[in-house]
Amino acid sequence: MTVAGTRERGPAVREALAPPVAVTGNEAVAVAVRQARPGVIAAYPITPQTDIVQYLAHFCREGMLKAVFLPVESEHSALSAVIGAAAAGVRAVSATSSQGLLHMAELLPIASGMRLPVLLAVVNRALSAPLNIHCDHSDSLFVRDAGWLQLYCASVQEVYDTVLLSLRWAEDPRVRLPVMVCQDGFFLSHCAENLEVLPDEEVSSFLGDYRPEVSLLDSEHPASFGAMDLQDWYLEHRQEVSSAMRRAFGVYLEAAEEFFRLTGRYWPPVETYALDDARFGVVVMGTAAGTVRAAIERMRKRGLLVGLLRVRLYRPFPRELLAGFLEPLEGVAVLDRADTLSGFGGPLFLEVAASLYGARRHPRLGGFVYGLGGRELRPEEVERAVEEVRRGEVFSGRYLGLRGAARRYPGPGGR
Amino acid sequence: MKERTDGPVRLSQVAQEGEDLLSGGHRLCAGCGAPVVVRQVLLAARRPLVVVGATGCLEVATCFYPYTAWRVPWIHVAFGNAAAVASGVEAAARHLRREVRVVVFAGDGATYDIGLGALSGMLERRHRVLYVCYDNEGYMNTGVQRSGSTPRGADTTTTPGGKEEPRKDLMDIVLAHGVPYAAQTTPAHFADLMRKVRRALQVDGPSFLSVFAPCPRGWRSEPELSMELCRLAVDTCYWPLYEVEEGRVQVNYRPRERRPLSDYLALQGRFRHLFQPEGEERLRELEREVERRWRELLSREKGGGAGGV
Repeated sequence: MTVAGTRERGPAVREALAPPVAVTGNEAVAVAVRQARPGVIAAYPITPQTDIVQYLAHFCREGMLKAVFLPVESEHSALSAVIGAAAAGVRAVSATSSQGLLHMAELLPIASGMRLPVLLAVVNRALSAPLNIHCDHSDSLFVRDAGWLQLYCASVQEVYDTVLLSLRWAEDPRVRLPVMVCQDGFFLSHCAENLEVLPDEEVSSFLGDYRPEVSLLDSEHPASFGAMDLQDWYLEHRQEVSSAMRRAFGVYLEAAEEFFRLTGRYWPPVETYALDDARFGVVVMGTAAGTVRAAIERMRKRGLLVGLLRVRLYRPFPRELLAGFLEPLEGVAVLDRADTLSGFGGPLFLEVAASLYGARRHPRLGGFVYGLGGRELRPEEVERAVEEVRRGEVFSGRYLGLRGAARRYPGPGGR
Repeated sequence: MKERTDGPVRLSQVAQEGEDLLSGGHRLCAGCGAPVVVRQVLLAARRPLVVVGATGCLEVATCFYPYTAWRVPWIHVAFGNAAAVASGVEAAARHLRREVRVVVFAGDGATYDIGLGALSGMLERRHRVLYVCYDNEGYMNTGVQRSGSTPRGADTTTTPGGKEEPRKDLMDIVLAHGVPYAAQTTPAHFADLMRKVRRALQVDGPSFLSVFAPCPRGWRSEPELSMELCRLAVDTCYWPLYEVEEGRVQVNYRPRERRPLSDYLALQGRFRHLFQPEGEERLRELEREVERRWRELLSREKGGGAGGV
């Protein structure tokens, strides 16, 4: 069967059923969202998220997805419409990046506070200023405390699998929190890798229908959503969000186990590589894990036993699991693709440091910021970071891969 | 409940048949126009309904956990996004093939200012939503600050001594989207209001109602005079009753004996300074503006339309 316009629309639209096919991260999101059968999709275009929106619009137009597609006038309205749709009782999805995510920021804690398990595909991109369209994690980490589940992916297959897995997780009655599935802008969103796609009916039975606890469309039982709630009950309601986030960790393990039974692919909260016999560890999120692996192989050839811990689940933060892996090490280099600008290092570093506070043993820690605005991370820089931790030279906030002091144009005396 | 049409509305009939879908016991002030507007809209509308609210007086006063005054499904998300939330609710209902009417209630701050982009998007995308702006000409919930709807000359906490600029003409902005139906009315003209609600809910696409809603607290007027202020606003041609359907303008009421604008202004503390000797010129300015707008409206009606600006 052929679909009109598939040739110019790329491989995802071609019947993506004969495994494996080569698709990009953005295409993987679109394919997974189509199979998840949302009722409403609302989005606003922003680089590098755009082709997710284009594919979904196309799927709806061609009848491959029976959803209402709303091309709204801003990201603020995109998330607002998604919240309204989810409250009305349908699975609802949006996608964004960078400034778009920050434009949604007002609605983020509202979605979690209203316990609406909507999906937001985040294609990570730097924040302005200066304006930059390339990858770092500053956008989704800026909103890390909004009560949303957050996962960071490192391959196209992982993006596809995580969209499906995370919906089941988010919609679990014990969780009911919104979820961001994050992928590195361009590094994943625009790079094609082989993807194994599940048959539609397997996805349908894995996810089931969206079953809201209460629906706005239930006129027989009219409910009020979004009440005013002051000193008497606000504290309890916010605590419920906090409890749901704590419960979410265990529910994630169950959902991942179910997904493993279906696909043979297991996606743990943190992924490790060569950590068993390691003296030093590198902690990282996203696609840079591949570079870190290459650096680890080089270091191991020199006899330095280094391992990798890639954090996939950032919210809830897998504190105990992570501390268990890192405790036995002599030193750990944490590589952050974002900075808190607190003078104290990146967000991942701070979480790792906090996770280790209650541990029996405390490895020496080094916090490094790399790759902002899409700058490549080179294996030599990873090696240097591990070396600095080994020598105890750094605690936090060191930037990797700098070219030197930024030049000013026109320079002194220049025109 | 019986199918209703957009024919003439008889209060006795509505009162017998209709259910009060906004219960008493809410926390709005005595004399507030907003709940009167809501009651009349809900009486006129057919169920099933979903109501979407923007942050503001009406919202904070009607759904105060664990109480709610709403006997219909109701959702509030934030201040500047009621039209976008309504878009999502309407889209979900369309997806589920459910016949539900979506009605937005938002104040002028949420409509003229912070939510104008969302309103514009909803109108342009042609969502079948009735958007009701209850207009009390300022940010009353936060303590009487000026909005894009505050008229020239009105004293607010952020325009001490009176606002310098004229108000925004929201009806013209809405009409510039080519909406099938938009109308202006007041809760004192209940038959007019309810007929307009029914008409608005019949059109296939977005509809808009601009409804006058006195605020005794912000206007510094007597609570028992709120409906009188509505009538005076109409009889002075400050707030004409009119509707625009598919671009055709219809003025619904021409005062037989037009009252001077000062009769309307004099009952409100926010205009008191206009009656001092130094306020004379500004009072004339406001009178000229009201007169100009009224003439424009009449000429548009005569001209057989030109619903847009």
